[in-house]
Amino acid sequence: MLSISENQPETSESSAVTPECSLRVKDLNLAYGDNQALHNINLDILKYNVTAFIGPSGCGKSTLLRCFNRMNDLIEKVSITGQILFDDADILAPSIDVAMLRKRIGMVFQQPNPFPKSIYENVAYGLRIHGERSKSVLDGRVEWALRNAALWDEVKDRLGDGALSLSGGQQQRLVIARAIAIEPSVLLLDEPASALDPISTLKIEELINQLKDQYTIIIVTHNMQQAARVSDHTAFLYLGELIEFSDTDSIFRNPQKQQTEDYITGRYG
Amino acid sequence: MEIYSRRDRSMKAWFASGDPWVWLQAGAIGISITAVLGVLLLIAVQGLSHFWPHPVERIEYLEGENVTKVFGMLVERDQISRQQYLESSGITSDLPEGVDIVTRRLIKTANRRSNPPDFRWVFEHRIQHTSEPPDVLVLERLEWGNAYGTPQALSVNGRFTEAITGERLMVALAQELRHIEALRQQIETLQREQIQPLLLKQERLRENLRATDSADLSRTGVQEQLVEVQRAYQAFNLQITNLEREIAQERLALQDPQGRVQYEPLSGIIRAWQPNQFSTLDKVLHFAGNLLGFVLDDPREANTEGGVFPAIFGTVLMVLIMALIVTPFGVIAAIYLHEYAHQGVLVKTVRVAVNNLAGVPSIVYGVFGLGFFVYFLGGSIDALFFQDALPAPTFGTPGLIWASLTLALLTVPIVIVSTEEGLSRIPRNLREGSMALGATKAETLFKVILPMASPAILTGVILAVSRAAGEVAPLMLVGVVKLAPTLAIDGNFPYLHLERKFMHLGFHIYDVGFQSPNVEAARPLVYATALLLITIIVGLNLTAISLRNRLERYYRGLGA
Repeated sequence: MLSISENQPETSESSAVTPECSLRVKDLNLAYGDNQALHNINLDILKYNVTAFIGPSGCGKSTLLRCFNRMNDLIEKVSITGQILFDDADILAPSIDVAMLRKRIGMVFQQPNPFPKSIYENVAYGLRIHGERSKSVLDGRVEWALRNAALWDEVKDRLGDGALSLSGGQQQRLVIARAIAIEPSVLLLDEPASALDPISTLKIEELINQLKDQYTIIIVTHNMQQAARVSDHTAFLYLGELIEFSDTDSIFRNPQKQQTEDYITGRYG
Repeated sequence: MEIYSRRDRSMKAWFASGDPWVWLQAGAIGISITAVLGVLLLIAVQGLSHFWPHPVERIEYLEGENVTKVFGMLVERDQISRQQYLESSGITSDLPEGVDIVTRRLIKTANRRSNPPDFRWVFEHRIQHTSEPPDVLVLERLEWGNAYGTPQALSVNGRFTEAITGERLMVALAQELRHIEALRQQIETLQREQIQPLLLKQERLRENLRATDSADLSRTGVQEQLVEVQRAYQAFNLQITNLEREIAQERLALQDPQGRVQYEPLSGIIRAWQPNQFSTLDKVLHFAGNLLGFVLDDPREANTEGGVFPAIFGTVLMVLIMALIVTPFGVIAAIYLHEYAHQGVLVKTVRVAVNNLAGVPSIVYGVFGLGFFVYFLGGSIDALFFQDALPAPTFGTPGLIWASLTLALLTVPIVIVSTEEGLSRIPRNLREGSMALGATKAETLFKVILPMASPAILTGVILAVSRAAGEVAPLMLVGVVKLAPTLAIDGNFPYLHLERKFMHLGFHIYDVGFQSPNVEAARPLVYATALLLITIIVGLNLTAISLRNRLERYYRGLGA
């Protein structure tokens, strides 16, 4: 079994100096049964950057995102070829310890999905799964995660309350806290703000800006303004193909492909 | 389109509006509720009125040419036609012309031994005189049902004395009954604490003797011990005999309306009361006492008298053991079917088969239980572990564990179906959320999914318990008896005796109602037992439902 070394996310500002590659996608093809969903994707995700996947519904951006933590394993009849390199290991290899991989690459979903447990237990869940028993360590990590998810001040007096009593925006930040509590190095965000109101959306976007100092973030979004606001790099996918991928400014100011321009100017999609 | 136009009042529009369907639904629900409440009310009234202390009347009525005098308690009154009257009594000559409806009363006259029968139909027009003599005494006896009469004298040390009469007689009687009760308790204690252990010891020693051969030197020691035990046993037996003699010597002289005197041994009397002197409060207290006795006492006289405690105990214990068996089995099967099994033709077939199992007639399960559990499994257990006792079976005979297993088999489809239902209701994004944090499938199952599915699992268990508690037919084959000598739980190791036979309220209803030698005496008990069975099932269900609701509230994230 290939092991994935447990690099703790460094709190350095090295991101601006030497952009290092975190995830490298090579010739990725994915099919649901006979239905080819991704065609020959090649992509480098840079460390401590925010990379946005944009594209119309059904273009495969969520599917691509779910390849990074092998979430597609849960679906039957999926066939994948190609490679995704993470710390020089191919995470698509059958010998990968998927649970370990998911500890390193966290994910937040479109719908807030806190467990029907207390706020505290939601954040502690991943830590407990990975064997943390000490009460004081758990307390510390829960507070750290909630502070980093900008939720601590709102919930510090009611950690024992049910997570479902929080508002949608708070729930989504709780889910982010839950994801970062186990200290992943990559965070996958699958349309994290699409179910939220504008104010909650703003808070999530601010949070993404803060988190990118410590995490490599990949975000799937429908909202092009959001992509423009939060991301450093943007990939435009259409019908399962990667049409264009470069830094966000060039994509939005000076798209190289006609399809990209049509999409970001709202002519279709 | 004109939306302010007058309403279309045609029949078609009325049907289109949906109103008739609402009426139909309301009607259907109304009928259902009325039917259920009506049944409950009938059972409750019929069952509970049995425990109310009705007054005992002195009734003089014509039987042929003769006047018969009895003490009687009114049980019910009904009316028959002239034709029926002719058929039942053979004459109509004593009826005035033009009277087509004859009223008759069913009265309980008790005194089954001295003046049978103890229930009689009396035509009202033949009654010449009724009164409520205040000193009528009702005796509840260990045997022969109740006795009615006027108390005449009480014996002291075996001799009747005229000195005690009236009020003082009743006081003395109550005192004497308490004394006898105390003596009886003493006997019971002796039997339980001294005699039973001695018998067990004797049994062990004898087995010891049988196991060792005649040359063994330890034999003499064992034999001496055995003699010792037998001596102690005889000493205690003598004590008991003396106590019994003391109990048996006192008697009460009771006079019936005809003037004949019966001498009732006090040892056979459980309670004595004078219903015609009861105030309303007395009646309520007596009613409550009767009710309590019905719930807490052992049955007597072929189940027509006394209480039903062993049946309540057996029903509840059997259902609890069944729930303990069926829950893990059902849940594990459902988890496999829903979470792990490849969803193909095979799993679909299994699912259909499981659902259809719920429709198999329960007596079939009884037959299967008898063949497989009792004879095969039980027989194998006997052959392996209880060889010494053979040919007398230990587990190879109907008993509590086999009844519980049979009912568990009967109800396992219910638990499987509702657990699967619960599992499929858990949103996929919660599973994904857990897996995305690096939890394995099993961790996700145990920490997120099963807790969330627990209300659905409990719903399944509730349904299973309701089904099992009301089931009678299969139980008759695998462990229920008319009268179980001992409860399945007692103070002797291993305390819970799963191999014992047990009593069950459902079977008790059948037995009392249809197998009883004394129909009239048993009829109110049928209603009372039915009421009790319903109460227990409702009680079990309410407990489980409140537990489930609490879980549901908890998992809705409101409570913590």
